[in-house]
Amino acid sequence: MITAFTVNGQPRRLELDPATLLLEALREHLRLTGTKCGCDDSSCGACTVLVNGQPALACTLLAAGCDGADITTIEGIATDGRLTALQRAFGRMGGAQCGFCTPGMVMAAKALLDGNPDPSDGEIQAALSGNICRCTGYVQILASVRAALAEAAGAAADAARPKAAADAQRRAAGPTPPPQAAEPQSAHG
Amino acid sequence: MASRPQSDAARAIIGAPTAMVDAPRKTSGAGAYTDDLAVPGMLHGKILHSHLPHARIRGVDAGAALALPGVRCVITGADAPTAYGVLPIGKDECALQPDKARYIGDNIACVVAESERIAAAALPLIRVEYEPLPAYFDPEAAMAAPAAGWLHDHRPRNIEKEYHHVFGDPDAALARAAAVCRNRYVCPAVTHAAMEPHATLARFEPDGGLTVWSSTQVPYYLHKTLARVLQMSMERIRVIKPMVGGGFGGKSEVCPLEIVAAVAARRAGAPVKITYSREEVFYTHRGRPLQLTELETGAAADGTILAVRARVIQDGGAYCGYGPVTLLYSGALLGAMYDIPNVRWDGYRVLTNKPACGAMRGHGTVNTRFAFEAQLDELAERLGLDPAELRRRNFLQPPCRTVNGLRVLSYGLPECLETVVAASGWRERRTGRAAGAPPAVNDGRGPRRADRASAPSRRHGLGVACSHYVSGAANAVDRADAIHSTVYVEAAAPLPAPAGGASGGGAASDAAPPAVAVLTGTAEIGQGSDTMQAQIVAAALGLPLAAVAVIAADSAITPMDLGSYSSRVTFMAGNAALRAAEDLKQQIAAALARRWNCDPEAIRCLGGQVLGPSGQALSFAAAVAAALPPGAAHLRGVGTYSPPREAQGGDFKGAGVGPSPAYSYSAQVAEVSVDEDSGQVTVHKIWAAHDCGRALNPVAVEGQVIGSVWMGLGQALSEEMAYTRSGQLANPGLLDYRVPTILDSPPVEAFIVESLDPEGPFGAKEAGEGSLAAVIPAIANAIYDAAGIRLYQPPFTPDRVLRALQARAAAPASGQAATAGQDQPETKPGPASGPPPPSPAGAPPQAGG
Ligand code: FES
Ligand code: FES
Repeated sequence: MITAFTVNGQPRRLELDPATLLLEALREHLRLTGTKCGCDDSSCGACTVLVNGQPALACTLLAAGCDGADITTIEGIATDGRLTALQRAFGRMGGAQCGFCTPGMVMAAKALLDGNPDPSDGEIQAALSGNICRCTGYVQILASVRAALAEAAGAAADAARPKAAADAQRRAAGPTPPPQAAEPQSAHG
Repeated sequence: MASRPQSDAARAIIGAPTAMVDAPRKTSGAGAYTDDLAVPGMLHGKILHSHLPHARIRGVDAGAALALPGVRCVITGADAPTAYGVLPIGKDECALQPDKARYIGDNIACVVAESERIAAAALPLIRVEYEPLPAYFDPEAAMAAPAAGWLHDHRPRNIEKEYHHVFGDPDAALARAAAVCRNRYVCPAVTHAAMEPHATLARFEPDGGLTVWSSTQVPYYLHKTLARVLQMSMERIRVIKPMVGGGFGGKSEVCPLEIVAAVAARRAGAPVKITYSREEVFYTHRGRPLQLTELETGAAADGTILAVRARVIQDGGAYCGYGPVTLLYSGALLGAMYDIPNVRWDGYRVLTNKPACGAMRGHGTVNTRFAFEAQLDELAERLGLDPAELRRRNFLQPPCRTVNGLRVLSYGLPECLETVVAASGWRERRTGRAAGAPPAVNDGRGPRRADRASAPSRRHGLGVACSHYVSGAANAVDRADAIHSTVYVEAAAPLPAPAGGASGGGAASDAAPPAVAVLTGTAEIGQGSDTMQAQIVAAALGLPLAAVAVIAADSAITPMDLGSYSSRVTFMAGNAALRAAEDLKQQIAAALARRWNCDPEAIRCLGGQVLGPSGQALSFAAAVAAALPPGAAHLRGVGTYSPPREAQGGDFKGAGVGPSPAYSYSAQVAEVSVDEDSGQVTVHKIWAAHDCGRALNPVAVEGQVIGSVWMGLGQALSEEMAYTRSGQLANPGLLDYRVPTILDSPPVEAFIVESLDPEGPFGAKEAGEGSLAAVIPAIANAIYDAAGIRLYQPPFTPDRVLRALQARAAAPASGQAATAGQDQPETKPGPASGPPPPSPAGAPPQAGG
């Protein structure tokens, strides 16, 4: 059957088996391999793309169900070849170690920031809670999103310290009172 | 190579927070991982796995599968009969099992078809005739199995390997100790669950050569195994490692899709790709084994540790893999972080009908470290000492050798401990039960904290623990004389300057094309090894980072490196890269010294230029051109690294595992609260200090430390390979296995301690594994501080916590802490406390009952 949708701004018409998943359509038919497959049962978020601006798991959507939709993948968010602030922040702040969760993380974070330019740490964590990262422990991912927000807010210089990760997490920690002890030596001291 | 005073140029790169050189490939989605690759004519393979835990294979009938349109061929064990294994003593598995299935999930056959869907549809059409055999899932029961239940005929009683090490006189030392603690600890198996499922693409070339792209941590070992099983020379095989989405040890053995894909490609006459499903990744496992640890530690009244005795049983699953190495690590590092003069360790690696275990982050050391550091907490309480102080009183005094012959030169553990003690407010905020305070009052509610405003049933506590790890193994697993790492640094003759372009004299700018290429066999798996080598070479040659291109892990063009395991790459390949850069620099300096009539030692590389002692200056590119021998197209600097003899350890049986040129150290404090109504443990914060020698790239070091702590946290709180009574893995999915999400993950604050190792590149040691182990005992000790219960079995789930709380409430008020966490539903129940001392060396351990 023919499925037609827009991918990264380009209209696409594909002849697909009705059982084809959106993830297969993107990766195998359109060779857009930036969107990853980490499970196949909606448990990891590596396949997150935007469907009509909303985050969606491409591994559990039928391509045919996206007929007429506007789909954005990781390959489609840079403008004029320049990576977005979010992408650059993931690179700078250690938010991407092996990088396999990164496209999904970036798309989930983008979906949040597109609708909420000033999210709390709790809102960021909630928005990323369906995306599993096995490398970072999420600390530098949260710092990356914060840094992208800070850059957008014109405070790039301040946010460029990786320690912001711990600071952000400390804020997020809520009930734990911060220790009184002096800051010990760190590589950024 | 000694650390050296840094030039300003080096300082701008070494120690500067640096984005990974391959970050844009990851964040843009453009970087190719193995499953992203496609070549013309490519077919897809799907493997049929055994549904029985132990069975003789009487026959495989693939007729119906072959009849399915789109199926090209089916291969079985007979197509790849050569046994292999990562250790020379453990070549006990075949890519597809020819005669016996040994666990649910074992590899039986592979369908090759035009699409993955067709291949998957053909799998159930294959008929395998099995003859079931008795299966064993408990290691102690497996050790008592009759011959029909032996997994491998050459391993009687299912004992893969046993070792018995005695240093000093531990029995006499324990007899005179003021306090001795004995416990049995049970650590269930955990697995890597790297986000990228394993994948391989194999293609035979028209000239008969084989190209294999694979998500591997160890391209060299894969290369050797392919040559062995396919019976080809290594020169006819090219192994390429594309980008890899995490390993943690899970991609450090043949798994065996690499071989299956190659054999299938040969049979099908077309390229074949195999990508595991997430479920297959779980069954492939090769993770941390279930470990039973009986441990005894004794100390003098002043806290001096006199001796430790341990009896370790590891459940290795169905095949050898790295098994004996994992086992030896559980003993080699047992007594090597503190000054312990008397050590006895008895270790057994046992085969069971479960997925094979292997190397996982903190290889072999984690479960023993948990037991030891948790027991130190009890020992401190018995002695009325602060647990941090007990550790202080037992620090090593480097440079030194541990009792089992490990050489220690740099030792940042004291600074790590003071750092987290200060940062966490340890002295002021801990309940202080162990510091001579009266033990828990048995009021059913546990000790109270005066400064706590939270609900009475939710109690906070702090716990401390330490850990350490090797910076690479000093002895390679296969060849004693192996060169561990070779790196080339190449500089080509500059291209003619474009019209109007400047050349000569100017410093290289960030926009300039790379001035040098680093050719290295190391496997970047997300840990930053490409960036690390680019930094070292840039710093050594006075070039900006952007002037260095890294070409890695393609056996046709890059020199041999042993691979990304045991945290060896920064230390070993980093040293090789530094030596290669210095070799290149010497070639340039020798040529310019003749031209400038000066001492080559007086020539420096700085700011993209090569400078002479009297104001002479050439751009780096012009200097390379000046140094090129007539007719040569490029200069090549060569650097190699092999650990020095003094770092290779003793000469007793099993002494090869544990020695390393340098060790990292970690100290951590965990703050937890325990909800005594629900049993829920909440970790509020981890303070983690790690001695990495020198942080070449602090962003990467912090990322590795936090990532290690977080992975340990998963083992402490939620992760466990759960098996049913029939040996079926019960939770082969990311949700069921309970990988922590961002909402489950507490803040981890990393502190970098730099002890400047005298042999590390710029003083650097490992950062990627050593912090994992400490977090598990730190949490266990914090739970005790919060709730007065000792837990002997991770993960510390609500049901285990509640059972321990109930036992505490039921225990007589003896002044002793409740020790009821020893629920061991998956294994033989152990005595609740005070197990018998380890059995004598050589005696078989107690059989399961
Ligand atoms: S691949 Fe879609 S959620 Fe994991
Ligand atoms: S960076 Fe590796 S899984 Fe997130």
